[in-house]
Amino acid sequence: MTAALVRPSGIRLHIVTGKGGTGKTTVAGGLAMALACDGKRVLLCEVEGRQGIAQLFDVAPLPYAERTVAVVPGGGEVWALAIDAEAALLEYLEMFYRLGRAGKALDRFGVIDFATTIAPGVRDVLLTGKVYEAARRRGGKDGNRVYDAVVVDAPPTGRITRFLNVNAEVAGLAKVGPIRKQADSIMTLMRSRHTAVHLVTVLEDMPVQEALDGIKALRDADLPVGRVIVNMVRRSPLDGAARGALSDGTIDAAAIEVALHKAGIDASPLLVDGLLAEGYDHLERLALQEEQRTILSGVDVPVIELPLAADGVDLGMLDDLAGILAGPGLP
Amino acid sequence: MTGPNRTGAASRRQPAPRVVRARTAALAAGPLDVDALLDDSQTHIIVCCGSGGVGKTTASAALALRAAERGRRVCVLTIDPARRLAQSMGLSQLDNTPRPVGGTRSLRGQGSLDAMMLDMKRTFDEVVVAHASPAKAQQILTNPFYLALSSSFAGTQEYMAMEKLGQLHAESVGSGRWDLIVVDTPPSRSAMDFLDAPERLSSLLDGRFIRLLLTPTRGPARIFSSGFGAITSTMSKLLGAQVLADVQTFVAAFDTLFGGFRQRAEATYERLKARGTAFVVVATPEPDALREAAYFVERLTREQMPLAGLVVNRVDPPAASLTAEEALAGAGRLDGADPAQAAVAALLRLHADRMRLQDREAHLQRRFAAAHPSVPSIAVPALPSDVHDLDGLRRVGELLSTGV
Repeated sequence: MTAALVRPSGIRLHIVTGKGGTGKTTVAGGLAMALACDGKRVLLCEVEGRQGIAQLFDVAPLPYAERTVAVVPGGGEVWALAIDAEAALLEYLEMFYRLGRAGKALDRFGVIDFATTIAPGVRDVLLTGKVYEAARRRGGKDGNRVYDAVVVDAPPTGRITRFLNVNAEVAGLAKVGPIRKQADSIMTLMRSRHTAVHLVTVLEDMPVQEALDGIKALRDADLPVGRVIVNMVRRSPLDGAARGALSDGTIDAAAIEVALHKAGIDASPLLVDGLLAEGYDHLERLALQEEQRTILSGVDVPVIELPLAADGVDLGMLDDLAGILAGPGLP
Repeated sequence: MTGPNRTGAASRRQPAPRVVRARTAALAAGPLDVDALLDDSQTHIIVCCGSGGVGKTTASAALALRAAERGRRVCVLTIDPARRLAQSMGLSQLDNTPRPVGGTRSLRGQGSLDAMMLDMKRTFDEVVVAHASPAKAQQILTNPFYLALSSSFAGTQEYMAMEKLGQLHAESVGSGRWDLIVVDTPPSRSAMDFLDAPERLSSLLDGRFIRLLLTPTRGPARIFSSGFGAITSTMSKLLGAQVLADVQTFVAAFDTLFGGFRQRAEATYERLKARGTAFVVVATPEPDALREAAYFVERLTREQMPLAGLVVNRVDPPAASLTAEEALAGAGRLDGADPAQAAVAALLRLHADRMRLQDREAHLQRRFAAAHPSVPSIAVPALPSDVHDLDGLRRVGELLSTGV
């Protein structure tokens, strides 16, 4: 089953997670571009200090400031922000408490350092807090939302529930006060129909298992699961007939040798055996992929498949991914 | 269906990378000799690090099994293994204690393999119980700040992995039960977090904020600088007075443990720098994984940490050596209407895909080798399926030893 992501939906906050190595950042970038069509403005955030967005869009490393990384036809824009916990804390203190001298005092006493690098968990509170602020920000004369959608290149599946749920933990600790209020508001948005957590996977055993575990953990924490996005699906050069001929032995060493002569290629035994071995290896991988696809189809979450970028991910490839994520029926 | 065409960033698109023809990456520093590393009786700790999804946990388990079957007495500390990998080592329960792994085939009966999965909360609890008085331990274990810190916050896992490594090493020195500990590092935000854990702990303990929180329980308030009032009132405003009180109680109760914590963390850090430790950086031949590996290698070098080398996992070497261009040209000369010829044409296209992939992977590896000429490395072929039994681990161990 495939399902387009962009609309219809009231989703404003898209959280993209996945096992390491599944191409989470690429998918988040493609999704941001898909959401930006029709003249929309989308913010793409990263929270792990990797500068993955800058790499993806081939721009200079992102500062703690929102800037355009791509423009799509129709005037749509993708903005990007690398959220930094320390800067987010200072900004937060400034915004809510107008801490002039006290803010400096906090810094002098190592509180900023304590909060952002040492005290476990506080970092995630600040990162999710900034995402929340961007998703809800209004501006301009008409007071419209500044961003039509926010896409987060989030921590990997193994940590995503803890990351998103950190404000529930804080709410459990702080029974009163502004932090409690803020934590409650963040959890309300995270659990609302305006948020979706998408899980990126590839058609391999461990990433699929991790996606399934992730779905369960998210649901147990009342966090809304959006889509499973199967990334890097290899298009097989072998059609059904070729696969059949290979697996039933119609295509054997002798048959390959004959065809190679016709193709004007010197058919050494080494080459013939090598091609055959690569063919069998490919069949085995296809069978394993199909197994994983079947497992995923048994889960009640819509699945979208994205093709492997044969020559690595570049910006043109990102367009193609955005096209698939946007789905049919778009201008 | 068409995607939105980007107009802004397209102009910045880089030219396509030059196609590189060499079949294998240059290994400036020579191959990483895994067996020599495992057989060296001076190797007491092997730390596997690298970004998520590169096969770090599997590599740790495979190295541990291979070492055990070559005669070492090994304990492998895994952090968050996939369920089936854990089951393959008999780790069906998470009880924070090393357990013997059955089914190993040890050389001359000398080697042994124990395995354990880290339970960070239990490790933390055990430290508290072991080092605080019963009354104080009780006070800490029930403190809400401690409960959150020890069970659900990111960052604790790195501290506890370090603590556990220290414990295992102390036990191996004391009892001689093991002579090699293989550690898998936590799936961190950054691969560096594990290394930074001791320093972060030390800076937590030395931090003025912690001193500030501790001091009120010790002396009169007038010793504080003028900033103190602003701090406490801001903290209460931000967190609520009750949280501040909880944190304060926690820190005060924890004070007695701090010294020991720091001492052990620093000792573990020093041990990691010393002879007897070997860091193995694991990556896949992909840009992101190799970039993380490069950060790690540079960091280890800067801190003079003993780096054994790089494992490039899951490379995908073609079985035949025909070039992609020749294969595609040949496929084009075949008759698509003839089933046998069409099938062979498809095999040739499949081969061309694999050759291109290999060129890209080799290019990335060569770039890494050029930037880090002194780092030995070994490329390990991809297995078609995931590992979930000892035979699979044994196979990975062989591949780690022989490479592609």
